Amino acid sequence: MTDDVTITVNGVPRRVPADGTLAAVLLGLGVTAFRRDLGGAPRAPICGMGTCHECRVRVDGIDEVRSCLVSVRDGMQVETAG
Amino acid sequence: MSRSRAMDLVVVGGGPAGLAAAAAAAERGMQVLLIDQGRRLGGQIWRHRQSRELPPEAQQLLDRVRTARVTVASEARVLDATSPRELVVDFRGRVDLQPTEQLILATGAMERFLPFPGWTLPGVCGVGGLQALHKSGLTVAGSRVVLAGSGPLLFPVAAAMARAGAELLLVAEQAPRAALIGFAATVTRDIGKLVDAASYRWAFARTPFRTSSWVIRAEGDDRLREVVVSVRGRERRLRCDWLGAAFGLVPHTDLARLLGCDVIDEAIAVDALQRTSVEGVYAVGECTGVKGDAPGMIEGEIAGRAVTGDLPAARAPKLVHARGAGRHFAAAMARHFAIRPELRGLATPETLLCRCEDVPVGAVDPTWTARQAKLYARVGMGSCQGAVCGEACKVLFGWQNNSARPPLGAPMTGAWSDAIGRSGS
Repeated sequence: MTDDVTITVNGVPRRVPADGTLAAVLLGLGVTAFRRDLGGAPRAPICGMGTCHECRVRVDGIDEVRSCLVSVRDGMQVETAG
Repeated sequence: MSRSRAMDLVVVGGGPAGLAAAAAAAERGMQVLLIDQGRRLGGQIWRHRQSRELPPEAQQLLDRVRTARVTVASEARVLDATSPRELVVDFRGRVDLQPTEQLILATGAMERFLPFPGWTLPGVCGVGGLQALHKSGLTVAGSRVVLAGSGPLLFPVAAAMARAGAELLLVAEQAPRAALIGFAATVTRDIGKLVDAASYRWAFARTPFRTSSWVIRAEGDDRLREVVVSVRGRERRLRCDWLGAAFGLVPHTDLARLLGCDVIDEAIAVDALQRTSVEGVYAVGECTGVKGDAPGMIEGEIAGRAVTGDLPAARAPKLVHARGAGRHFAAAMARHFAIRPELRGLATPETLLCRCEDVPVGAVDPTWTARQAKLYARVGMGSCQGAVCGEACKVLFGWQNNSARPPLGAPMTGAWSDAIGRSGS
């Protein structure tokens, strides 16, 4: 087993496994709306490899980060669309 | 802007083919930089969180790359190229110019997504997409999973889901049974592949595998709840948590197109030494035609030897023979897993075609060209730059879109324009 880290998702601290991508971790936490489309419908990743751009979230103040391409890090601040 | 140390060779893509190319060239004394988008080398097929998850052939190849002192840049991507000998590379947020004498593209493949009602619901993803997310830490144990797609990729993904403890309800292959039998006949000489297929099927033995079957629609609220599948002409409704739905793989060629390399039938055109139509640029693996990891490694080996000028080594009979077998396999795969016409009619006028710009299928005119669709309806103009809907448009309307514009893959426009001295918007 791997160590856990603490990340903050929409203001709530969560203990998560350290070895996952942020996209996989967020799905594991039950996040469905990584972003929302113009009609407000939730969107989540479909490719898992950086192609589809559906997994964009705000990470440590930076917008439009493709969460499938980044590892989780202790202290990471993540904002999704809800 | 700054300029990185000039290299003899840059290899773009750290999957099996790119690794083999980098190792072969570095072992012959070249200064090699391997640029890879992933967190760890191995590409999609060898995506892993810990090295003990890797198969022996991957371990061996990674050892070769290390021993040969290949310089590795992970989480890096090529944004642009001022010429085939000067790339604009995003090295973890720092954008630099990267000079190189020669270039080997090993940019892999991506999934072919087709629109169907409900395909934007969270919980719906690709077949390989679900696999990638699972390998990246998504737990599927106890989840109900349906796979609907086409081609050999269904088997390892289905096996992985079953082994991980998912409740795999159905594996739907759109191609007819006769096509599968025809495909199997072309690979009978390759015992290894048949053994792999059998062991995968054994792993998901309790799940029905149905040919001539495809997803009709996905339903849900804030996420996927149910999927309706056409199983040999009869509609079946399945409650599930995850739907993996994509229809085979297509070569990833945007960098090649940007460089001006000829692309034929969606794959980068190469000669027997893996040379593209552009001087000093080679291409290997899935981006030259989808064929799997083992033939990709052969192509990488050939190109890695050829770039050093050691042509007799690049033309070793064993390599030439294995390369031919791989290309034969690629052709058989493309032929037998052709997209059936019914899949073009799944989307309703309300179904989104371009997911980034929220353009429904009903908003476009099939008589348009890809360029007109961009200008009139913003199809393919969003964040993914048509990576997803470009393929769908090709299948649905026959639109060919061969343009590739920098920055490849995405935003970070500020750093990119600074690096190449263009004025930002």
